[in-house]
Amino acid sequence: MHSIILRTATVFLKYLLLVFSVYLLLGGHNEPGGGFVGGLVAASAFILFAIAYNVEEARKRLRIEPAVLIGIGLLTALFSGLIPVILNKSFLTGVWFHGHSEIFGDIHIGSPLFFDVGVYLVVLGVTVKIIFSLLEEV
Amino acid sequence: MSGVELIPYAIKGVNGLLYLSIILAFYRLLKGPRLTDRVVALDFIATIVVGIIGLYTIETGEFYYLKVAIVLALLMFLGTVAMAFFVEKREDDL
Repeated sequence: MHSIILRTATVFLKYLLLVFSVYLLLGGHNEPGGGFVGGLVAASAFILFAIAYNVEEARKRLRIEPAVLIGIGLLTALFSGLIPVILNKSFLTGVWFHGHSEIFGDIHIGSPLFFDVGVYLVVLGVTVKIIFSLLEEV
Repeated sequence: MSGVELIPYAIKGVNGLLYLSIILAFYRLLKGPRLTDRVVALDFIATIVVGIIGLYTIETGEFYYLKVAIVLALLMFLGTVAMAFFVEKREDDL
């Protein structure tokens, strides 16, 4: 679509959507949100780019092939399931690391976060792949 | 009577107006003679839903649904743009 207004707005909206998707991803454990919604919002940023410019431009901005993203996401989810196996617990048990630092305060990092990151990448890859294929047909 | 005491009545009144407008927008969505009318009606419904969520947040003080409102406000724009993209592709349907 050749619209200067849309193209200029897209440049700013893309960062807004990406930052908000990461916020949804990280806040997902205790509040509404999570990997799935975050991935959808992140995918919408690239879909907006594909509509405002074209699919090739959006692919260039994504940098990684969607199929590769799906693979990385699945491997991350598998990795998060294998961490408790190393610690002699059953597969996919939630393992939490509690630490304290001067700058960030209390830090709680668990394997569910890595699982959510995996879901995020898979959803981003699948959605972008489907929509790009559909847009290329038009 | 101070302004704070009036807030519950204001919420009730605004709630009624929002639901009335969502019914009117839905009528336009069903009736709309042209495709563009329906697209504008859909966009309008999404805007009203954002308003309803904002009102609910004021009424109950729960901030959970504000995230939904942010996502909706960002994505209804995308929906309208996508619709415009496809309308542009086949202009004979206008």
